[in-house]
Amino acid sequence: MLISKNDLPVLLDRILGEYEVYAPVKEHGKVEFKKISSGTQVCLQYSNSQKPPKGILFPQSEKMFCYETVQDGVRVDEICDCSKKVIWGIRPCDAKSFTILDDAFKNEQYRDPYYYKRRENTVIVGFGCNRPGATCFCTSVNSGPFDTAGSDVFLTELEDKYYVEGITEKGKEFIARYQLPDGSPDTSRIKESAVVASKVNLDGLKEKLDVNFYDEIWDSLWEKCIGCAACTYLCPTCHCFDIVEEAEGGKGCRVRNWDACMFPLFTLHGSGHNPRPSGKERVRQRIMHKFKYFQDKFQQTACVGCGRCIKNCPVNLDIRILLDAIQQRESGEGC
Amino acid sequence: MENLARLVQDAARKLLEEKKVDLVIGFEKGSLPLRSTPCFVRKAEDAGKLTWNSSCENNLANYLRKKTEKVGVIAKGCDARSIVALIKENQINLDNLYIIGVPCGGMIDRKKIETILNGRELLASEEKDGWLILKGNGFEQAVRKEDVLHGSCATCRTGNPVLSDELLGEKVPEKEDDYSDVAAFEAKTVAERAAYFAEQMSKCIRCYACRNACPMCYCEECFVDCTAPQWIGKSASSSGDNLIFQAMRAFHTAGRCVDCGSCDRACPMGIDVRNLNRKLARDVKEIFGAEAGMNLEDKPALNEFKFDDPQTFLVKE
Repeated sequence: MLISKNDLPVLLDRILGEYEVYAPVKEHGKVEFKKISSGTQVCLQYSNSQKPPKGILFPQSEKMFCYETVQDGVRVDEICDCSKKVIWGIRPCDAKSFTILDDAFKNEQYRDPYYYKRRENTVIVGFGCNRPGATCFCTSVNSGPFDTAGSDVFLTELEDKYYVEGITEKGKEFIARYQLPDGSPDTSRIKESAVVASKVNLDGLKEKLDVNFYDEIWDSLWEKCIGCAACTYLCPTCHCFDIVEEAEGGKGCRVRNWDACMFPLFTLHGSGHNPRPSGKERVRQRIMHKFKYFQDKFQQTACVGCGRCIKNCPVNLDIRILLDAIQQRESGEGC
Repeated sequence: MENLARLVQDAARKLLEEKKVDLVIGFEKGSLPLRSTPCFVRKAEDAGKLTWNSSCENNLANYLRKKTEKVGVIAKGCDARSIVALIKENQINLDNLYIIGVPCGGMIDRKKIETILNGRELLASEEKDGWLILKGNGFEQAVRKEDVLHGSCATCRTGNPVLSDELLGEKVPEKEDDYSDVAAFEAKTVAERAAYFAEQMSKCIRCYACRNACPMCYCEECFVDCTAPQWIGKSASSSGDNLIFQAMRAFHTAGRCVDCGSCDRACPMGIDVRNLNRKLARDVKEIFGAEAGMNLEDKPALNEFKFDDPQTFLVKE
């Protein structure tokens, strides 16, 4: 199916009649996914959003339930975000990140109701990358600029229109409702010219990480890290959280906030002991979680190659260089 | 600049060869255009990795606290002032430190470059005679370096390090800082200022990059992480709590902040973090005649009380 660029705002307005729509919006020079109220707000001329769209399904702060003391006990109000959502125009790396969050939040052991309900009620419309950025390395992590993993519907940008494909049953049903004109243009040339230049060699990395926990390479890799959470909070796959009570007087809410393994507080025990006492252990954890532990548990790498951590690290600690340094080291050395 | 880079390498190599230090902290070429990255050199043969240019934006004083090795540090003007401030707070042992001072004409503000490029991707850059050539896919654009300097560098009065064991290259001309930006902000109405802060703080994601990039933010436990009592809410969704975080940080660094701009440059969300710190730096200077990290002799502003200290901020005088 096809939709002309000129008709897109009208289509989005029609979708807005039934769904909350989140789409890239340019504000103060940066593109972010925002809940839109009109199709004209959307800006699809973008490389990628500053913040990852994971926050739409896994908000940085979310109330899980609220409570209040009443005359005969306590009243608890459960909070459920059951609204139907569409995420329009997210890049394939970010769409793929939802398949990783799915593993974390709806696996065989656990099903997180907050994430799961939103995920069930959300249609994800992926958007191919005709011009991947210089820090993108999606092709190195089993993805690519036209990967449809995680997308229900997929858009490919043509000169004056978008080619719209239904990927999942949910996506096919969704798009069928809007009766777009038929068409299946040849997109092979566009796909061929979308070159992802940046590469990371992951061959054998997992096997190295399996045995190098005590390797002395970790002593130096972390040295310039200042221990902030720019990399984790801007990562589309990082999903650690902290649960706090925000209460005053007789009422309050239980709130779940993003947390980051780069903070000392993340692992600080009540006793005062910290099993990850320095940046060394924390940087190692971040790498291990993405490229070993997640793979051990869910058979996929928890990195989609979006490049946000590279662009936003205050000290330019580049994950590509970090992984390369690990690869260069003979496995088992120093263990 | 290329010459300065060579001087930096030579100085570091010599220090390591003569075993005067165990480690030299400087900058090496980064992985992105207009980025240099902190670099830790322990062998004389690795000194060639070091570089010096207008993208050596991080404050290296941040890496000097609690170092047990003998350290040589490549210090630009703001790094040197932070080092002085940290020495006075017993955070750095001067006996274990060798400062290689580098006169600094200012660092490039990558956010200003982003604004100029307006969505076009920077793939390479070149610095030549006060100009910066920005290169990308199908474009090449020259901008004057002085137009794209970081705010803290544009008004920096201490480009020449205030303390060093050796000084490389030639001194840079002194600049003036009239704090006109602070005065302009103060001239706004309370409602305008409140709206500005609310808008800025709504962008905060509490990644604490600003705090962690700051050499003066070294509390063992930051008040935002404290849970008993919990001073502020943990959620980033409240711009009020985000402002409390920034305001408390500004108060805690009042009289200690050297306006290096590291907090501002570290922020991934483009928040105007310096605004509050600038106001306090100006007030401390105007009211108490004190400036942080200018020399080893002056007592830190918060450590000294005189009976005739002006108290205009508290009572009418």
